[in-house]
Amino acid sequence: MRLEPKPAPSLVVTLAYPVGAVAATFVIAGLLVLAAGASPFAVFAQVVAGAAGSRFAVLETLTRATPLIFTGLAVAVAFRARLWNIGAEAQLYAGGLATVVLGTGALPLPAPVLIPLIMLAAMAAGAALLAGPAILKTRFGVDEVVTTLLLNFIMILFVSMLLEGVLKDPMGMGWPQSQRVVADAQLMKLVPRSRLHLGFVIALVAAVAVWVIMKKTALGYEMRAVGHNAEAARFAGIPVNRVLMKTALLSGGLAALAGFSEVAGLKGNLTLDLSPGFGYTGIVVAMLAMLNPLGVVAAAIFVAGIFVGADAMSRTAGVPSYIAQVMVATALLTMVVAIMLTRFRIRWR
Amino acid sequence: MLEAFEILFTASFWVAAIRIASPLIFATMGELICERAGVLNLGIEGIMAVGAFAGWMTVYSGGDLWTGVAIAALAGALFGLLHGALTVPLGLSQHVVGIGITLLATSLTYFTYRLALPEVTSPPKIVPFQPLAIPLLSDIPLIGPALFNQTPLTYLAFLTVAVVAWVLYRTPLGLAVRAAGENPAAVEAQGISVTAVRMGAVMVGSALMAVGGAFLTMSAFNSFFFEMINGRGWICIALVVFGSWRPGKALLGAVLFAAFDAYQVRLQQLTGGAVPYQLFLMMPFVLSIAALVVMSRRASYPKALMIPYRKGER
Repeated sequence: MRLEPKPAPSLVVTLAYPVGAVAATFVIAGLLVLAAGASPFAVFAQVVAGAAGSRFAVLETLTRATPLIFTGLAVAVAFRARLWNIGAEAQLYAGGLATVVLGTGALPLPAPVLIPLIMLAAMAAGAALLAGPAILKTRFGVDEVVTTLLLNFIMILFVSMLLEGVLKDPMGMGWPQSQRVVADAQLMKLVPRSRLHLGFVIALVAAVAVWVIMKKTALGYEMRAVGHNAEAARFAGIPVNRVLMKTALLSGGLAALAGFSEVAGLKGNLTLDLSPGFGYTGIVVAMLAMLNPLGVVAAAIFVAGIFVGADAMSRTAGVPSYIAQVMVATALLTMVVAIMLTRFRIRWR
Repeated sequence: MLEAFEILFTASFWVAAIRIASPLIFATMGELICERAGVLNLGIEGIMAVGAFAGWMTVYSGGDLWTGVAIAALAGALFGLLHGALTVPLGLSQHVVGIGITLLATSLTYFTYRLALPEVTSPPKIVPFQPLAIPLLSDIPLIGPALFNQTPLTYLAFLTVAVVAWVLYRTPLGLAVRAAGENPAAVEAQGISVTAVRMGAVMVGSALMAVGGAFLTMSAFNSFFFEMINGRGWICIALVVFGSWRPGKALLGAVLFAAFDAYQVRLQQLTGGAVPYQLFLMMPFVLSIAALVVMSRRASYPKALMIPYRKGER
C-alpha cells in the first residue's frame, strides 16, 4: 500500500472526518460494552442522558469541560509549533499551587485586583515549568516529550511535599490539603445552585484570544511555519528557537489556568486529586479539535460529556466508568487516522 | 554518615537493586529495539500496564506462571501491532500515536480489571516466581545472592540483553533492523521491506515491554493495582538515550539506576523522616532528566528515528 497526497477537501468534508472518527470510537466502545454483557444502545443512551439529559447534567458537563478547554488550548498551541508538551498535567498543578500560595490570605486585596493578579501568577508558574524543557530542547536537543512527562511525576511529588509541609492546612484533620482560598479570590458561580463558575467564561475568552493569536498575529504565523517545517522556517529567517520559547510560555500559561480555575472556581483548595488526568486528556481534546482553538471548546465539551455521562451510567448500568477513558483514548487514535485521511488517499496495489 | 556508606556492602541492597533493575531491563531492551528500527514507542508506559495485568490475570485465573509471561508478551505484541500499523505504513506522528497507545492500553487494562473483579477492594495476590539459587555461584559473598539467587524472570532479563545484542550486531536480521533506523532506503535497496522490519521490531519490542510489566506483578508485588507502572516506562525511554542505543550500555544504565533507587529507599529509612520522603521519590525522575541532558549532546541517535519511511521518497 502507498499514501498519495490529495488536494485539501472542502470545509464540509473536512468536518466529516472528526464525525467519522467519533462514530468509529462509538463502534469500538460498543463492542466493549457488549463484552461487559450490557446493551450498547442502552448504555450509550444513559451516557447521553447523564451528560445532557437535564439542566443539572448540562451544567455539570460544562463545569467538567472548563479545565479541559484550558489544557486543550495549551496542547493545541504547542502541537501547532510541533512542541510536544505532554506536561500540561504538571503545569496545571503549578497553576493550582500559585493560586493557593497567593489566594489564601497572603494578599489583602479586593477581588477585581486579586483575581487577575493570581491569574497572572498562575500563568507565570505554568510558563516557567514548560520553559525548562523548552530550553533543554532548543539548547541541548533533549526530546521534550520525555522531559515534560517526567516533570509530571516530579511536580505531583513536589505538590505532595508542600501539602504535607508548609502549605498544609492546620485545620485539615491531617489530610494533605491546602487552606481554602479567601472569598475575594474565588470565582463567582455563573448559575445559582450549580457548580458552573466564572472559569468557564475565562476559558471561552482564552479560546478566542488564542484563535486571534494563531490566525491574526505574526507570532501565530511563525508558530505555524515552525510546526510545518522548522528547517524551511529557519531558512525563511524565522527565529525558530525564540518562537518555540514563546510557544512554550503561552502553552504552559494556558495549562496553568486550568489549575487556577479548578482551585479558585470549583474546589476552593489544592489537593493531590485536583486533576484526574486533565493534562493528558487535553491532548485528546486538542487532536479532536484538529488543533483549532475554537474547535477545542466543542471538543472539550464533548469529552467532558463522555466523562460525566459515563460516571452517571456506571452507577446504574454496571459497566465500569473506565469505558470513558477507553473512548477518549480510542477517539485520539481514530482522529489522527482521520486527519491523515484528509490529506492522503491510501492506494492498495 | 558511615551507615550510609555501609549500605553498599549489604547483600540485601544488591539483591534489591537487581530486582528493581529487571523490569527496567526488559522494557529498555524493548524500547531500544523499536528505536533502533526507527520507531519511537511512547506506548511503553501503557504496554507495561497491559503486561502487568495480563500476566497476573492469567495466573490468577489458574494459569501457569510461564503461560502468564507468554500471554503478557502476546498482549504486548498486539498493542505493538496497533502502534506499528499506525506509525509505520500510515506514517502517523509517533508522538501522538504513542501517547494514544499508552492512554488506550492503560484504560483498557483498568476497564478489564474492573470488569473481571468488580467487587474487590484489596488487590488479590498470586503465588509469584520464587528465587532460584544457582548452586555454588549463589554462595559468593555480596554478588552471589544478587546475581545468582533471583527469580527466573531476572535471569531471563539478563539473557534477553545478550540475545538482543547478539541479534543486533551479529545477524543479518539485526543489520536490517539497524539499517531501517539509520538508512531505510538502503534496506529497501537490498530487497527487504522497511515496513516489515519496523513492524516486526515494534511488535517484538512491545512484547518485551509487556514482560517487563509482567515482572512487576509476577515477580515483585504479586498483585495488580492501578498506577503501578508509575513512570517506569518513561524512565526506560531515558535509559535508552543514556545507553546510547546500545544494549550493553543500556543494561549498565538500568542497573546503576536501580542501585540508586534501592539506595534512596534505604537512605530514606536512615534519615528517619528528617528529609521529606517526596524528595527521595523525585530523585529517579530528576536523575533521568539529568541523564538525558548529559547524554543528548554526544548521543548518536538512529538517523531515521521518528521519520516515517515512504517508498520512493527521499
